[in-house]
Amino acid sequence: MAAPGWRHPRARLAAALRRLRAARQHRALQPPRAEPVQAALYVHWPYCQKRCSYCNFNKYIPRGLDEESVRSCLSREAQTLIRLSQVQRISSVFFGGGTPSLASPLTIAAVLETVSRCAHLAADAEVTLEANPTSASASRLAGFRASGVNRLSIGIQSLDDAELRLLGRDHTADEALGTLEEAKKLFPGRTSVDLIFGLPGQSVSSWARGLEELLQLCDDHVSLYQLTLERGTSLFKQVQRGSLPVPKQEVVAEMYESAREMLRVAGFRQYEVSNFARNGALSTHNLSYWQGSQYIGVGPGAHGRFVPRAHGESLREARIQTLEPDSWMKEVLACGHGTRKWTVLSQLEVLEEVLVLGLRMDIGITHQHWLQFATSLSLWDVFGTSEEVKELEDQGLLLLDNRGLRCSWKGLAVLDSLLLTLLNQLQKSWEDRTAHQT
Amino acid sequence: MLSLVTRAAGVWVRLRRACSAAALLCPQPWMEKCPADHVVFSSPYSSHKKEKLDTSIFPVENIRNFSIIAHVDHGKSTLADRLLEITGTIAKTDQNKQVLDKLQVERERGITVKAQTASLFYSYEGMNYLLNLIDTPGHVDFSYEVSRSLSACQGVILVVDANEGIQAQTMANFYLAFEAQLAIIPVINKIDLKNADPERVEKQIEKLFDISKDECIRISAKLGTNVEKVLQEVIEKVPAPSVNISDPLKALVFDSTFDHYRGVIANIALFGGEVQKGHKIVSAHTRKTYEVNEVGILTPNEQPTHKLYAGQVGYLIAGMKEVTEAQIGDTLYLHKQPVEPLPGFKSAKPMVFAGMYPVDQSEYNNLKSAIEKLTLNDSSVTIHRDSSLALGAGWRLGFLGLLHLEVFNQRLEQEYNASVILTAPTVPYKAVLSSAKLIKEHGKEEITVINPAEFPDKSSVSEYLEPTVLGTIITPDEYIGKIVTLCQTRRAVQKDMVYIDEHRVMLKYIFPLNEIVVDFYDALKSLSSGYASFDYEDAGYQAADLVKMDILLNGNSVEELGTVVHKDKAYAVGKAMCERLKDALPRQLFEIAIQAALGSKVIARETVKAYRKNVVAKCYGGDITRKMKLLKRQAEGKKKMRKIGNVEVPKDAFISVLKRESEK
Repeated sequence: MAAPGWRHPRARLAAALRRLRAARQHRALQPPRAEPVQAALYVHWPYCQKRCSYCNFNKYIPRGLDEESVRSCLSREAQTLIRLSQVQRISSVFFGGGTPSLASPLTIAAVLETVSRCAHLAADAEVTLEANPTSASASRLAGFRASGVNRLSIGIQSLDDAELRLLGRDHTADEALGTLEEAKKLFPGRTSVDLIFGLPGQSVSSWARGLEELLQLCDDHVSLYQLTLERGTSLFKQVQRGSLPVPKQEVVAEMYESAREMLRVAGFRQYEVSNFARNGALSTHNLSYWQGSQYIGVGPGAHGRFVPRAHGESLREARIQTLEPDSWMKEVLACGHGTRKWTVLSQLEVLEEVLVLGLRMDIGITHQHWLQFATSLSLWDVFGTSEEVKELEDQGLLLLDNRGLRCSWKGLAVLDSLLLTLLNQLQKSWEDRTAHQT
Repeated sequence: MLSLVTRAAGVWVRLRRACSAAALLCPQPWMEKCPADHVVFSSPYSSHKKEKLDTSIFPVENIRNFSIIAHVDHGKSTLADRLLEITGTIAKTDQNKQVLDKLQVERERGITVKAQTASLFYSYEGMNYLLNLIDTPGHVDFSYEVSRSLSACQGVILVVDANEGIQAQTMANFYLAFEAQLAIIPVINKIDLKNADPERVEKQIEKLFDISKDECIRISAKLGTNVEKVLQEVIEKVPAPSVNISDPLKALVFDSTFDHYRGVIANIALFGGEVQKGHKIVSAHTRKTYEVNEVGILTPNEQPTHKLYAGQVGYLIAGMKEVTEAQIGDTLYLHKQPVEPLPGFKSAKPMVFAGMYPVDQSEYNNLKSAIEKLTLNDSSVTIHRDSSLALGAGWRLGFLGLLHLEVFNQRLEQEYNASVILTAPTVPYKAVLSSAKLIKEHGKEEITVINPAEFPDKSSVSEYLEPTVLGTIITPDEYIGKIVTLCQTRRAVQKDMVYIDEHRVMLKYIFPLNEIVVDFYDALKSLSSGYASFDYEDAGYQAADLVKMDILLNGNSVEELGTVVHKDKAYAVGKAMCERLKDALPRQLFEIAIQAALGSKVIARETVKAYRKNVVAKCYGGDITRKMKLLKRQAEGKKKMRKIGNVEVPKDAFISVLKRESEK
């Protein structure tokens, strides 16, 4: 029963039917090229010390945490799912959360060791850990490095103490900068910082001042996120109630625009909507999401996209692990993994994800990249003759040329609007093509 | 065969109900006091145990036909409840509230939409009387129905609230009764209320109606105080109908309802002769002949009788399939015995039009059948199929007035659970054509324009006309200033202003109808803290400087938003529409100019700025599923949007601009 990939018999039947349907649909086209036998690995640490006012991630404030059990479950699930995927190589590992810097370096080491046992994990493979300034003293950071972490992503969020309080962060700007200083020593060239803009009460100039300050001190990677008010967060409620004013759309657009420009001047390449790097310090792990590569998600609520080859499948599945840590642990103990939901993705659905994610990158989707997923339907076939796509090109928002399909500088900021036209066009071409072939 | 069985079963159910009404009648005082040989019931149907009442026991001189008329909420229905109780027509319980108002909308709004009639039996000074209470719709939208109901009466009870005094509708109703030369019994109701001031109301009545205050009866319909006195006054003051049974049949149709099993049930008042089952009758309006299946009185449920005699009021069923066959105001006579039709018949004339669309096009057929069912009982609603590029297939409906429209909509929602998009109401304009070509095309010089798309250009028109109404406003005098200003902004012309007592003023204005169809009443109520009352009547057409206004999106006209407006109002209306559209249009990848234009002249403009940033910040492994779902839903929505040039307009945007303001 506890064999890898155990499923409830009825769920198996439903999944088999879904696969059958998907398979019929994709027979219309040539089969996709075999998925490369590698995947990125995401490990979710679900615990935090304190709830931030803006965060709706899957996280828990633990009471009497039994870290040893969590550790063994993470390792156990990593093993089950890597085997299920039959990948030979794990290209990168990312410890996210929650607050994974609250975990003991031992836990990190244990998971990495399991990964190395199940698949090849190159010595120089990127291993990132998300760190919160308060739980990342110099000694702990050294411990993580000793465990195998070689890249750090620090949630600085703001350099204004009032803003940090508003966000419910439990650190000051000085503490954050201290952590950054230590991290740069331990992970030179591989330390990233996160900042949030569009905060209540923030102006374009106060935002620009904060960013300017950070640019003096940061390493080679910066992620900038516009504040998204998520339902169920305390910040959302305050804004709904009208007790907190949020900056207008125009102002937020201006913040984004000015930040992009400042980073460009500072020598950073905006390689994705929210990510900036210099000296080639791109995050290979995150790039694999945007490139539509396989990834395995381990830990409560983690998402994955991979082909469960051990079941003899050839189609990719979208998989979600059980959200609640205690239930997740029970399931891992019972059957080796806590996968709560798996959905077979049709070939069109995979292409839709490739399109949506690929265009987030500055290089967009190259012809070669696209053909990995659609062997007989080129970017030209899909978008080359569309009037609406042409209109977007004429407006200077989109480019389709010999390199591939990508956004212009201006287009990247309004990608979600462009995608609606592109998704409808992709669906139309796909239907035409399928109808034509059957 | 099957359908026949079903029909029969249905009839049986109805009869059972009629039976229980008859049972209710039994222990009534009039029966106890009547000598037994005067009360003649026919032998019951063996199968149905149905008893037929013989109304011949009531000679014409013992019949009184009367109505109760009042302003909204002055207590008309409560008084009717008491009258029904006192005469034993219904049992006396605490539940008798608005017994004659059967519709949910009537009870909620405290108005009468569909008039009900009840025959009451009452014994007074040793005589048995048949008192026919002919209920009337309580609003001016239905003034034609009111006048038809009144023409079946010889007298009215005019109810005035002791606290509120004479209101606009009291005036309108009084004049209808006065013009019909009916006996008027003034009744001051709600004297039990703390703030009741019956003396002040008596003075108003004296001043405005020239009725001596000694004639007023002070009552509390709620508590039953002095209600008996009202009944006695009806007998004393209302004359018996002046008719003759030996004359040929002459019956006025003053209301009609539709029954699924029996067809049209016409409420009639007999001005001559008699009618019974088997008679062949003819409609003076349609000239169609029918055979009478059933006649009876309303108690208030249908109670079959052998015959109806001159002077009586009751119902008649004669195989009419549609309510349009029994139009209100029509005269019925016996086949081959034509009579001079009763005066005053006219077909209902819609004054307010509105588009009605299903919220979801898949609901079209359900809505269609709901509208058909509702109009079965309301021949005054006109229906034309219409379609809008934005809202899909629907109808353009014509109503007698605003309340009529609201009531219709509310009934659709309450009784048929239909949810509809109702567009802002418009009025029927007219154009006097000057172009010979157009005159030839239309076959006449003066045309009525309902759809703005068909509004003829000024170059081919010598004159545009708009409908007007004579509005009556009664208000405490402290609000006069504000009300006069409001009326002026509505292009109204003052006709009269008179103090009806020390503090209350009656104002009369001629209003263009379109100035009051949208929100006039709400504005009036809010600026007078609810104290001013308003009523209006048709006042014909007047010349007006009308223009057609187009709404443009980036220079392209949006057909469904074109409107006809008065030139003086074009800017205000255009600006308001542009603003509403601005709020409703989502940002797009380019700037959108929203313009209101008269011909090529732009009179108002709003701008929707282009998106500068519209991309979700975070998109990592865990965000993808949710993100894809959202994008695909939006992409589906995009397919459904209506494109005006390159501007995508969601249906919601049209709805928020087109729908009635009050629904916002």
